[in-house]
Amino acid sequence: MTARTVVTVAALTLREAARRRVLRSLAALTIALLALSAWGFARLDSEFGGLTSGEAKLAAATVLNLVMFGLSLIAALGTAFLAGPTVAGEAESGTALAVLARPIRRSAVLLGKWLGLVIFGGGYVALAGLAQFVIVRVTVGYWPPRPATGLALLAAQATVLLTLGLLLSTVISPMASGVVAVGLFGATWIAGVVGTVGEALDNDSVARIGTVSRMLLPTDGLWRGAMNSFQDPTVLAQAGPGFQGHPFLSQAGLTTAYLGWAALWIALVLALAGAAFQRRDL
Amino acid sequence: MTGPALEDAQRLLGQLPPPAAAWCSGLRKRYRRQTAVADVSFTVDRGEVVGLLGPNGAGKTTVIKMLLGLVRPDAGDVLLLGRRARDPRARARVGYLPELFRYQPWLTAAEVLALHVRLAGIAVPERERRECLATVGLVDRAGDRVGGFSKGMQQRLGLAVALVARPELVVLDEPTSALDPIGRADVRDLLLSLKERGVAVLLNSHLIGEVERVCDRVVILDKGRVATSGTLAELLGRRELRLRLDGMTAAAEARLAAAGPVTRGGDSFTVALPADPDTTTVPDLVADLVGLGVRVHAVEPGRISLEERLLDILRTGTSEEHK
Repeated sequence: MTARTVVTVAALTLREAARRRVLRSLAALTIALLALSAWGFARLDSEFGGLTSGEAKLAAATVLNLVMFGLSLIAALGTAFLAGPTVAGEAESGTALAVLARPIRRSAVLLGKWLGLVIFGGGYVALAGLAQFVIVRVTVGYWPPRPATGLALLAAQATVLLTLGLLLSTVISPMASGVVAVGLFGATWIAGVVGTVGEALDNDSVARIGTVSRMLLPTDGLWRGAMNSFQDPTVLAQAGPGFQGHPFLSQAGLTTAYLGWAALWIALVLALAGAAFQRRDL
Repeated sequence: MTGPALEDAQRLLGQLPPPAAAWCSGLRKRYRRQTAVADVSFTVDRGEVVGLLGPNGAGKTTVIKMLLGLVRPDAGDVLLLGRRARDPRARARVGYLPELFRYQPWLTAAEVLALHVRLAGIAVPERERRECLATVGLVDRAGDRVGGFSKGMQQRLGLAVALVARPELVVLDEPTSALDPIGRADVRDLLLSLKERGVAVLLNSHLIGEVERVCDRVVILDKGRVATSGTLAELLGRRELRLRLDGMTAAAEARLAAAGPVTRGGDSFTVALPADPDTTTVPDLVADLVGLGVRVHAVEPGRISLEERLLDILRTGTSEEHK
């Protein structure tokens, strides 16, 4: 019964994403970004034809990470702004009334929406990311060392943000929940960059900013892990100490403990969202 | 419990009358400082059409939402079709049209029904779902997106959603608020057909005429409490018959008095009839009077309308309980 509700609501959420303008605007944004990056990579190759293979790899990895950041931003913004209206918007408009009067548990509805959004975000990251890899491969002949791991981490990043969006949308208005989720996402990213600068300068208290923010909201930590999977391992050695603290190069991969924390974080926030939704008067 | 004893118990349980369609007791709800529902208890029996009446802000919609688990009561108990309302399965055979009706605008009317059937956990064949859309006059628009529907059409779709999963209890919150006069007549017919099929209905409506025509019983809420409740006959009290007569004789006066207590003013007579008079009472009386040589100028059956009674109850704050 509950499993069927989860699947039904997940399918409904996917259908909503597909039929609303979100998907079209997302597709337009993505195509624009991919086209720009194709043009950029083609220029990189023709303008800097005289680069050594190591330099070319460094340039390709950095620019790839930059473009992937753009894609992850689109995925995160898209899912966060889909997650907001899905609970708060439906409660405000009255759509939720008829649905929740059915013999179903609210937690199953929330889990279904979450699952639908995760599939949507994951699918988007996989498709757009693969398209980007192909562009880089064709233009400059670079292929990331661990593409699947990297894309999975990007999908996990989108999942973290949409879970936060769901929690916020059970307590505040739809638009506010999207804005707050995206604001926190941006703040964590900046804190992460500040932290790496702190690490580069051996300043422990500044470095701690990044560590703490990555624990509070694991988006930036997962993003750094994804970057690490996209860049050739030789790149860091090549880049030398001058590139420490570079926002689009990652110094190290993720630890299992951190991945475990990210999974636990998602489960906790989802459970909290479920509890808040259960108590809510419609 | 051993096998035969268990069977006995089950047989005894099976002989019990089915539990009420909806039962609530001591419902209370406060929103911050505002008391929305102070103390509400009532029952909707199987196959019974009950009207929920009361002024704006009386707590009718909050009571309905508490019955359906959409609002958490601060106190009180709810049973739907014999199950505690905390259990989602209690709503398996309950249809609901909310006051604020809105359906996924990106789905078609047929898809909305399919979604609700799936969520209700029962199998309703395509043909039956189409019939349901036909009942509310939307079968031609089955394949159109709900986003393009007018308010009235969305309310009709809401009625179809409430009816599609073979409900045993239907809760309709202001089902005609967006409908034109034809739509209102359709809803009245629909309510009568539900009544015929033995489906219990809880109807919240401001259209008192509608309630008076279809409801077996009414519950009147005021300021979050049950001001009064009872069958229409109980609430509306006795009927009366106003007559204008001349050529009265002692025999004719005795015949009038036999029908009920008479008050006289000149040639006007008012006879108080019992609450539920026989259908032959009035014609027989008139025929007998004519037979006794009385000239009958006017016969006017009088009845206190539900509207008058409702206004009276709300203004005077009468809280006599009819059960």
